[in-house]
Amino acid sequence: MDIHQLQQIVHKTRDARRKQTLPKCSPAERDTLIKKYHPDFRESAYRAIKFGPNKGEMTVRELASLLEGDSLVPPDLDLTPAYSVDVLVVGGGGAGCAAALHAHAHGAKVLLATKLRLGDSNTVMAQGGMQVAITHEDSPVQHFLDTLKGGHMKNDHNLLRVMVDEGPSIAKWLLELGVLFDRDTDGNLHVKKGGGSSKPRLLTCSDYTGLEIMRVLNDEVLNQKIQLLEFCAAVELLSDDKGTCTGAILRDLDNKRYVVVAAKTVILATGGIGRLHIQGYPTSNHYGATGDGLAMAYRMGAKLLQIDTFQYHPSGAAYPEQLVGALVTEGIRSEGGHLVNAKGERFVNELDTRDVVSSSIIKECEEGRGIRTMSGRVGVWLDTPLLEVEQGPGTLEKHFPAMVRQYQRYSIDIAKDPVLIYPTLHYQNGGVQIDVNGESGVKNLFVAGETSGGLHGRNRLMGNSLLDLMVFGKRSGSTAAGRAMSLPQGKLTLGHVTRFRAEAKKHSASADVTSPLLFPAYAKKE
Amino acid sequence: MAEFDTQNVIDQEEVLRPKMVTVEIAGKTYQVPEGITVIKALWYTGQEVIRGAGCLGGFCGACATYYRTKDDPKVRTCLACQTAVEDGMSFSMVPPFPARKATYQMSELKDPKQDLFTLYPEAPLCRNCNACTEACPQQIDVREGVWRAVFGDFKAVSEMFMNCVMCGLCVPVCIADIAPNLVALYASRAQGVFFAEKPERLEHRIKEIADGRYEDEWKRILSMDEQQLKDACAELK
Repeated sequence: MDIHQLQQIVHKTRDARRKQTLPKCSPAERDTLIKKYHPDFRESAYRAIKFGPNKGEMTVRELASLLEGDSLVPPDLDLTPAYSVDVLVVGGGGAGCAAALHAHAHGAKVLLATKLRLGDSNTVMAQGGMQVAITHEDSPVQHFLDTLKGGHMKNDHNLLRVMVDEGPSIAKWLLELGVLFDRDTDGNLHVKKGGGSSKPRLLTCSDYTGLEIMRVLNDEVLNQKIQLLEFCAAVELLSDDKGTCTGAILRDLDNKRYVVVAAKTVILATGGIGRLHIQGYPTSNHYGATGDGLAMAYRMGAKLLQIDTFQYHPSGAAYPEQLVGALVTEGIRSEGGHLVNAKGERFVNELDTRDVVSSSIIKECEEGRGIRTMSGRVGVWLDTPLLEVEQGPGTLEKHFPAMVRQYQRYSIDIAKDPVLIYPTLHYQNGGVQIDVNGESGVKNLFVAGETSGGLHGRNRLMGNSLLDLMVFGKRSGSTAAGRAMSLPQGKLTLGHVTRFRAEAKKHSASADVTSPLLFPAYAKKE
Repeated sequence: MAEFDTQNVIDQEEVLRPKMVTVEIAGKTYQVPEGITVIKALWYTGQEVIRGAGCLGGFCGACATYYRTKDDPKVRTCLACQTAVEDGMSFSMVPPFPARKATYQMSELKDPKQDLFTLYPEAPLCRNCNACTEACPQQIDVREGVWRAVFGDFKAVSEMFMNCVMCGLCVPVCIADIAPNLVALYASRAQGVFFAEKPERLEHRIKEIADGRYEDEWKRILSMDEQQLKDACAELK
């Protein structure tokens, strides 16, 4: 059927839907729904990890094989360092830049290495905003409880308390760098309400929050003249004879040479795993989101947490084909946009947590109330024109210019017509276990941002990622710098790789998988 | 599910009749499916892309591309991850351009509107050719932005350039060697650092936390057992 014909039901039912209020799921309803429909509970997609610190624990097959994968580095590689620094930061997204800036501010000699360009990351795409409890009716404690509730009570309390307590001061740091958060008329920071949150506390820069933060941090990294290696991917860590982290091996992607870095401390800020396309899902993630940090940290003996749970963002584009997987900002739902099935019905409180909303969409589609595309996809409508009806013409252009443009390129006017959406692989909820200063179980190996785990429990709340990056970027950067200043450079060996290879052999791990993956294999082979 | 099979399926011409189109990539001719994005066309033709792929969502500016449509002499710009190919299209990704970025310690600037002329002395030399505006894939009025920066209207610049993805396509076309995106970034940051109001509510909250205003509540919450915490969470609206 013609798409406009199918959209009629959304237009026809709009007025009736506006009068409706849907309750949020009770904890019991939520458990039942998620266990039945959330991809995290699809057993066939999982297997036990054969060896290493998380031996016997379940994770998705795509990740398990990478964790057990062989190192790319030949055992006889010359380990003479090309660089010798206090702090090596791996990754040039939000967490990496924040870590590098804070380490630099503490007087450390910092090297920032990144697989792509500085700033090519998931951070740059964050549209929803950053959660900080600043209003009178809100508090860090409220923020803590909301996050805990969203994370199914599985969040690390210490990490979480640190994040919410330091939110306001990290927002101030960003303002002092020139980040232009949206303001109220009285000059205060404007706050928006986010999915799963009891109070409005999202700081935003229209729907370009991540872009604005990333632009400013990039610029500051360059202004501070922090040594930078772009298109240099970390492929292995280095350890001394006690198993302490002492540096890393990079691969220069232009000339394919290995670059050995001696570093007193290493901060992994390599981001998430979307480009592994777990369970065949499309992803909202950037090109380099292949879980590199997880693989490297695991090989060195760092324990991972909650790597059996991933976030499928409720609103990934399902049509047109060119946009499949791309994120449709949660802001639309925060501002009152309805999710509507093929019968013109709402089926979930749109501001419930992401796992609930995603599971509900999957449920509607599995039960035959979805809208299908000829390329074999399925989805439900997100009623974008409703915002224009509720808040006046021009609302979308004013508040969601990025999204308007995203669809305009394919001749779709979101002010007039609803868009088709389906969950998209968005975020790795777990990751490397860290303490409140970002240090992993391996001494002098720090992890910040999406690569780390524990903070978000089993479901990250909207707007908590940008805050996580800034707070734990800062803490890992500052701690690593402080540590490095009084530390001699340790020996550079591949002892942990030798041990890992022996283990792999014992457990007959597949020898043809190497990790980190670095990039998805999109280039078509003949 | 069967009952919806014919009812709720969106027609897609491209799926009904998959059509191959001829495109020219960096001077070579290839056949690719119509309507895929420029970056996917590169992958489709077997090319690995490292420099030139980033967020794939239209935000990072890594995939700046020049293209031309069939029989049109006009060379246009786009982001490769956001543009669909069409028959007869020619395109090449843009290599990194060695623009000069001024470095500055933001907090140490004394008169940021005047300092612009020290940091970017070329900024006021704009000759109004408008090539930068035409080159912008984000539809920013770049030329106007440069002039606003020069006249000290940093607020306007910051608003105009909020959606700048720093692809740098405005830079190589400038006959006055201005890097408009960098000028705008400087002006926007200066606007935030020097000319934005101090948010009182935020300051107040920072002080409250430092003064231990929430300590009692923290003690209460953190001493709860799991069930009590669950109950506390369940009360949240």
